[in-house]
Amino acid sequence: MFASDHRAQPAMKARNFRYIRPLSLDHAYRILSDNEGDAVPLAGGQSLLATLNMRLSAPKLLVDISELKELAGESLAAGCLRLGALTLHRELLGSKLVKKHVPLLARAASHIGHVAIRNRGTLGGSLAYADPAAELPACAVALGAKIELGSRKGARSVQAEDFFKGLFETDLRPGELILSVNFPVMQNRNAMGFAELARRHGDFALVGLAAVATMRNERIAQARIVYFGCVDRARLAQSVSAAVEGLTTPVPNAAAFESAIRSDLAPDETPGLRADTKLHVAAVLTRRVLNSLSGSAAA
Amino acid sequence: MTASDDLLGEDEVVIEATLNGRPLKRRVKARQHLADFLRQEMELTGTHLGCEHGICGACTVLIDGRTARGCLTLAAQISGKTVDTIEGLAESGKLTELQAEFIARNAAQCGFCSSGMLLTAYELLSRDETLSRAQIREFISGNMCRCTGYHAIVDAVEAAMTARGRS
Repeated sequence: MFASDHRAQPAMKARNFRYIRPLSLDHAYRILSDNEGDAVPLAGGQSLLATLNMRLSAPKLLVDISELKELAGESLAAGCLRLGALTLHRELLGSKLVKKHVPLLARAASHIGHVAIRNRGTLGGSLAYADPAAELPACAVALGAKIELGSRKGARSVQAEDFFKGLFETDLRPGELILSVNFPVMQNRNAMGFAELARRHGDFALVGLAAVATMRNERIAQARIVYFGCVDRARLAQSVSAAVEGLTTPVPNAAAFESAIRSDLAPDETPGLRADTKLHVAAVLTRRVLNSLSGSAAA
Repeated sequence: MTASDDLLGEDEVVIEATLNGRPLKRRVKARQHLADFLRQEMELTGTHLGCEHGICGACTVLIDGRTARGCLTLAAQISGKTVDTIEGLAESGKLTELQAEFIARNAAQCGFCSSGMLLTAYELLSRDETLSRAQIREFISGNMCRCTGYHAIVDAVEAAMTARGRS
């Protein structure tokens, strides 16, 4: 069925919704609390718009928070780098403060989507969407970040590892927004690592991990390792983190943590990739990350 | 406007933006994405639509000088911003060197990806950096081409980058 004049009946991919651009954070809070579960915040829209186009989600109201100054900016205070929820992936790559104090984020950001996606996608959006294949939730947990949330009822702060509850599921309550994220800055003995396997650079991760470690010379004194792409949500891989403690780099093989990977990860079979293969890739990537732990943003 | 109107939002929004260098004021459907708006309302059909969920890059436009997916942006979101499409940029002459290199190296075959490729390459050149071939490939990795195998496109972008570095 084709309309003879395409303008007579313009095609619409998404279901009908209303749109509003709040003038202030307080205005956004009032809109969100008034519309309860019907309202969804829109920032960069790089995940949300895809789900709207495919009609996987059908909110009644989109609240465009992308211009709210209260949610932007970066600042250094009390041993933390605070990044506003609207920080773009592109800004993670370009920020001098990020490069110096939380280089893991700069390393991870180069793997998020492609240039055009990184130009619009936001830090808060990535955390709120909680895609199990996303880089930033894993980094936030590995770094022990604290997520600042706000609503009409007030502000609260949640540790990243308590924020991710399940597949695409977070601790966000109705009417609540992510305001900013506080990342503890790297200390002298800290080192970090990041690796990801995707079909094409920038595609969704098949398997990836973010690691933050405390080093005693070449020995790993303590580690926080978080996987993505092969888990249901960003959470600390406790067995692997414990298993790599005390190892001296370079680590010759995966023997010390192979069984820990099997107890931390239970990947699904996906087309073209068996669960066993994912576990193998996880072991290979883990060793690579341990052997490339460093304090700099350069990969 | 009643007391609660400023909390409800509307299914049509008036946008004011700059499109291809000219001021634009329009009433748009809240649910219409930017690429559909450009093609259906503005008849700017050089912005192509492939996958419509952010994978293929055919709908690439520039928002405030940087590439964005037309299918992952609502028309309503461009209010207050500057948007450039392949039509505006080509007419402005800003793409001339890139277009010449694309033609010289057969970097466009069916042409479906070309508008997106050219805009992405334009952002790359506007950074004024010298990139390796591997880096060029990564930069254009968000734009799919099903004809050329990318080699000719990388050649063309590299040639334009080198020419710019020399001048």
